[in-house]
Amino acid sequence: MNKTITISPVTRIEGHAKITIHLDENGTVQDARLHVDEFRGFEKFCEGRLLWEMPGITSRICGICPSSHLISSAKAGDEIFAVEIPETAEKLRRLLVLAQWVQSHALSFFYLSSPDLLLGFDSDPSKRNILGLIEKDKELARRGIRLRKFGQEIIEILGGRRIHTPWAVPGGVREPFDKSKKDHLLNWIPEVKETALMALEIIKKVHQDLEKEIPSFGNFRSLFVGLVSTDGGLEYYDGTLRVMDGNGNIIADHLDPRKYYEYFDEHTENWSYLKFPFYKPLGYPKGMYRVGPLARVNICDYIETPLAEKERREFKKIAASDGVVNNSFYYHYARLIETLFAVERIEVLLNDPAILGDHIRARAMINRYEGVGCNEAPRGVLFHHYWVNKDGVLQKVNLLIATGQNNLAMNRTIKQIASSFIEGSNISEGVLNRIESGIRMYDPCLSCSTHAIGQMPLVIQFIDANGNVVHEIRK
Amino acid sequence: MAIVTLTIDGIQFSAKDDESILEIAKQNGIRIPTLCHLDGLSDVGACRLCLVEIEGWNKLMPACTTFPIEGMVIHTQTEKLKKYRRMIIELLASEGNHQCAVCVVNNHCELQDLAYEVGLQYVRFPYLYPKKHVDATHPKFIMDHNKCVLCTRCVRVCHEVEGAHTWDIANRGINCEIISDLNQSWGSSPSCTSCGKCVLVCPTGALIEKGETIAEMEKKRDFLKYIVTARQKREWILNMSDEE
Repeated sequence: MNKTITISPVTRIEGHAKITIHLDENGTVQDARLHVDEFRGFEKFCEGRLLWEMPGITSRICGICPSSHLISSAKAGDEIFAVEIPETAEKLRRLLVLAQWVQSHALSFFYLSSPDLLLGFDSDPSKRNILGLIEKDKELARRGIRLRKFGQEIIEILGGRRIHTPWAVPGGVREPFDKSKKDHLLNWIPEVKETALMALEIIKKVHQDLEKEIPSFGNFRSLFVGLVSTDGGLEYYDGTLRVMDGNGNIIADHLDPRKYYEYFDEHTENWSYLKFPFYKPLGYPKGMYRVGPLARVNICDYIETPLAEKERREFKKIAASDGVVNNSFYYHYARLIETLFAVERIEVLLNDPAILGDHIRARAMINRYEGVGCNEAPRGVLFHHYWVNKDGVLQKVNLLIATGQNNLAMNRTIKQIASSFIEGSNISEGVLNRIESGIRMYDPCLSCSTHAIGQMPLVIQFIDANGNVVHEIRK
Repeated sequence: MAIVTLTIDGIQFSAKDDESILEIAKQNGIRIPTLCHLDGLSDVGACRLCLVEIEGWNKLMPACTTFPIEGMVIHTQTEKLKKYRRMIIELLASEGNHQCAVCVVNNHCELQDLAYEVGLQYVRFPYLYPKKHVDATHPKFIMDHNKCVLCTRCVRVCHEVEGAHTWDIANRGINCEIISDLNQSWGSSPSCTSCGKCVLVCPTGALIEKGETIAEMEKKRDFLKYIVTARQKREWILNMSDEE
């Protein structure tokens, strides 16, 4: 008999989703789907609002990565103002993006994923969480929490609050950097650097321990997309888009992110609120691509800070003959390399006298009717695209969110994990947790990524083993 | 003008009979919540927040437009009044689109302050989510009807202080709204002098400066006091004649 296994809700991710796994008569996995069953609608209800409000409104999309939305939104505003923002403002915005990476990556690794990795996929579910981690290794958990606090504190110093600061605005930022806090943050650097290095050692040990399981965790070729600097380095705030294939070949480089819509399109399926973006030249679903830490560390030619660059070279060894790391399990590793990079880069920025300037905001009115803002959110490249009228009232909004861009890959990953671990009637809690953890590798933020009002009719289909629809109810 | 004796919340006061109950209460340190009232503008009794109970009267009366008579006994803080005040704020909240978290005047808003003051924790009435218009056609200012509570301070300051009378009220009931001139866009108004007084007196985020971002704008209303005092006392003219 056919059987569908449902995991609902998927836990330890940001947002709400369920997974269904479709089995045939022999208990073999036919398909697995990630259904994102929450809906936010920002693209629609921002229409009619004002450009100046947009960073504040869109940062409310997410409680984890509000700063990323804030920056993309403010940058879209810069485009519409047609201004170049002051140097101090740009450097402070960069500091904010890096702080955001640190806090979000620390959350993903220490709070959400490390319980699986350190306590085991099959460990007692009631203890497989941050509290269980505290019980097992108090010092490590404390360090993870403090690493996140470091990122959050920078955000608070810059923007006045940790979550949902409206500090970045079209034309720059609202408040200058508080000089008196500089030494406090610099004194904290050695500890957080050590924590980032410690976490890297931990993940390498996990790689050894799970040597047999890792090949089944989202191991497939796909495109990788992200920003790179003008000379191909790891980029987080500005830069141009690079597209790399699953063999490590750069198939498109230095694409203008402001024209993202020429390279990417979004497909919809009737079983999820999350759209399925794809790379246009390859079509749907062949144009599947991955974004986020794995993509960024894969596509860049170098990382500008020494410790992170050393790790990147280690990372590249995993790729071996593929030329690129295709296994999504290494998202964790790439995320920790980026954490180390962010800490190193924050140190450089804090020592840069330019961040202490007080010229931080360019004032202008509506000079263009359209603008795209883009930066690398912790989960991948993020686009905000606004159309305004001459008075600055939003006419249309398009948000292309990092998590959405990983949608195809996440579905592929859970299908692969389900196929590898489900054998006949052997569907233990540990197996289901492995499937969930396949989603966690991408650190998805579903609350971020479901905005357009699409066609999502309620359809219940009864399908027999031959795939024929025997009965259908529509509402 | 005569002097009368009245009782407010159990305390006896002497007061002038041409001063409203609201003014008398304020002079004596008794706080009555208000929204449409603003020192320096005429009173219209629109918002009903300053309602008080008067012994022997069968209706609740707005303190801003009610004047004392000898022996009046007034209560400003009864349970009934507190209940009504909270309900007024609840109705205002459910009638407009007041998203404080993403409002330009968040933390500097009189409606928000009043919600705290009357202890509003939730709204029992269904939100109407009306489709309202944002008029951003003026080069310096924006009128966001979503956040307008129809206090008419803008109408009064424009008429009484600036003398332009750009703003007025159109329609009735739930369709009531503030319009500029002959119901045209603010940017095309021939009478508006772009003085910005309406923006500063607006208690909410309905009238804002263009370019201000979330929670950035603070309304400075002190200017009104100086303008009104100068106009009424005409001190600059007296000083000029002294010099002559």
